[in-house]
Amino acid sequence: MLSRRSAQLAYRLLTSTSTYRPALQPRLPVQQSGRLISHSTVDPAEVRKFQALASKWWDERGEFGALHAMNDLRVPFIRDNLLSVHSARQMGSPLSGLRVLDVGCGGGLLTEPLARLGADVLGIDPVQDSVRIAELHLSHDPALCGRVRYRACSLEELADEDEQEEEGFHAVVASEVLEHLADLETFIQCCHHVLKPGGSLFVTTINRTQMSYILGIIAAEQVLRIVPRGTHDWEKFISPVELETLLESTGFSVECIRGMLYNPVSGAWSWQQSTAINYALHALKRREEPQSDRVESESEDEAASRSTA
Amino acid sequence: MLSLGRIRLAAAAGRPILSGTGRGCARGFSSSELEEEPGRAESDVYDIVISGGGMVGTAMACSLGFDPHLQGRKILLLEAGPKKQMDKAPEVFSTRVSSISPGSATLLSGLGAWDHIVKLRCKPYQKMQVWDACSDALITFDKENLQDEMAYVVENDVIVAALTKQLQTLSDQVEVQYRTRVVKYTWPRPYQVADSIPWVQVTLASGQTLQTKLLIGADGPNSMVRREAGIPTVKWNYDQSAVVAVLHLSEPTENNVAWQRFLPTGPIAMLPLSDTESSLVWSTSHQHAEELLQMDEESFVDAINSAFWSNENQSELVEAAGSLFRTALTILMPNGTSTRQLPPSVAGIGPKSRVMFPLGMGHASEYIRHRVALIGDAAHRVHPLAGQGANLGFGDVASLTQVLSQAAFNGKDLGAMQHLLEYETDRQRHNLPMMAAIDLMKRLYSTNAAPMVLLRTLGLQATNALPPIKEQIIAYASK
Repeated sequence: MLSRRSAQLAYRLLTSTSTYRPALQPRLPVQQSGRLISHSTVDPAEVRKFQALASKWWDERGEFGALHAMNDLRVPFIRDNLLSVHSARQMGSPLSGLRVLDVGCGGGLLTEPLARLGADVLGIDPVQDSVRIAELHLSHDPALCGRVRYRACSLEELADEDEQEEEGFHAVVASEVLEHLADLETFIQCCHHVLKPGGSLFVTTINRTQMSYILGIIAAEQVLRIVPRGTHDWEKFISPVELETLLESTGFSVECIRGMLYNPVSGAWSWQQSTAINYALHALKRREEPQSDRVESESEDEAASRSTA
Repeated sequence: MLSLGRIRLAAAAGRPILSGTGRGCARGFSSSELEEEPGRAESDVYDIVISGGGMVGTAMACSLGFDPHLQGRKILLLEAGPKKQMDKAPEVFSTRVSSISPGSATLLSGLGAWDHIVKLRCKPYQKMQVWDACSDALITFDKENLQDEMAYVVENDVIVAALTKQLQTLSDQVEVQYRTRVVKYTWPRPYQVADSIPWVQVTLASGQTLQTKLLIGADGPNSMVRREAGIPTVKWNYDQSAVVAVLHLSEPTENNVAWQRFLPTGPIAMLPLSDTESSLVWSTSHQHAEELLQMDEESFVDAINSAFWSNENQSELVEAAGSLFRTALTILMPNGTSTRQLPPSVAGIGPKSRVMFPLGMGHASEYIRHRVALIGDAAHRVHPLAGQGANLGFGDVASLTQVLSQAAFNGKDLGAMQHLLEYETDRQRHNLPMMAAIDLMKRLYSTNAAPMVLLRTLGLQATNALPPIKEQIIAYASK
């Protein structure tokens, strides 16, 4: 079997997005509430490394360059899938009137474009420094200030709170987050909890395959040395099939899955058929309760979501 | 303005919601404004500011205002001069005219300005004859039947007035400030550093400072935006000036042909304005231009007629070679030769209509910087001999609008380099060959040394005999 450490590096080339949060978050006891516990299980070395890089979030040609470039795929993906469910309210603001939650927002790289398209976005991230950087960047743009807010917290904390805004979110975006969690099931359940019925879940993450391991190890670590050691945990990666099963059992119906490919030479992402490395996924929260008779409600819901799409 | 109100509302709503670190929106602005709403006039952040309200700048403002994906964005046009309005065309023709290609006409029509132009004043022409003074060589361009227009001669003032009228219908989307001069630009750092303002700051003569996410420089060949941004420009003066005037023809004629003759001192061109009047553009040395301006009207008219008609520059060698080549062509390609027609004779000039201006070539090595884009003469300045200056500018407008529209639909920061680079690449690919060709033509025809004359004579005759090449030329110039 592949050694854990070497496998970690397998995905670095194509996932420089998550390069700086890995060892930190897997140890977060996601199922327990309260940040005090999470702090004590966090590796201080990883936290320091991440804090040092916090200022680099908005440097488009810096360490987070690939994440900036990924917006070229993920923003249209989110926008078009949301538009197919909710028609555009206003020209120039296709997502106006929609409430979106960006989980693991980091410096706000994806939060701001979604807000520019008119959505009201809440960005959350457990790392305080990232949230600070995100707020600083946001503060200069008065047009966005009214539509974006940030909180340094985890998803479970958000889900636990009494919802002041009872209706829930129209969409939850978890981009480059799933591969860092300790407890994926609880995370998905929290996503389900905060979403409105019929709401969308958008995920971009990395597959657990030999292909991505080989590319990541050989290209990223040994040959190009693009990323530092120990940033990813290959064991935590999830294949689309596993994810789909988990989602379906939690009350989601998966609408589409698309493969993504990063070209390190051009620094650009593109869609591809194969989901062997990176992929994006869109799922809808089924309108009925997941505990009810799943066979009937699934087909009913598929018909309902197809008719609303 | 409505848009100002929106900003205040957004800012006011933003502050109480922010929790966690408790920082408010006002933090990014200068410390003296921390307590106040960021929506104050001094620190308004515009999405796009266009500096320069000439033909190209106003067209850009209209184009952005009409674009569906850019609705709700704050757009501002700054113009140093007064507002140009025109309810009907003035009796006297203006000396500054442009030859508008079908491509530009399509853009203007999409903006709804073409209707106004046609109602005000515009002269289509179907044919163009270009010939040499040093030989008999000539080339004619015409559309298949004389029905289709090749291009339109429109006064610059008419174009600006038509665009201004359309801009007025966009008062919700686009704000315009006339009689507003910019004194300083302050550029942002490439990426966020501490508390520095990430936007371009525009300081006006009134002392007011605006901020913008994207600055579009449409301020002409001596662009301040380009200069202050430190964008290096390749430029040279041609040691030529152009004399422009409005000519009264001896007798009314259908006047649907554009004439251009290459004299050794420079090309002289006559563009139709109406059945009885035409516009003159005579590019010649500075000295000669001044002489032309000093002459009395009669001598000036004689000079024009003789420039178009006389054959004194032709040498026997070239004449012989030329007619030999033409005979050969007639045998090879019977339809490939044209008979030379003579332009209409000139009887007089419009009152006080003689003006001269210096000519040069300029090309900015970059059209863009972070949060800055140049369009029109600010990016490229050409010799008027091909009548392409305005058309290149309108092409820039179309390209940049398309790029910004797509960027807005993808939620991008409008001043980001990624999509601005696409605009630059697209336009440089189109403009550079055109400018090189115009410059080459200018140099080729600036001499009466026999070898060069022979070369261009034979070249011109050959090109005239090959319709596919001519079609390519027309197609390229019509874009």
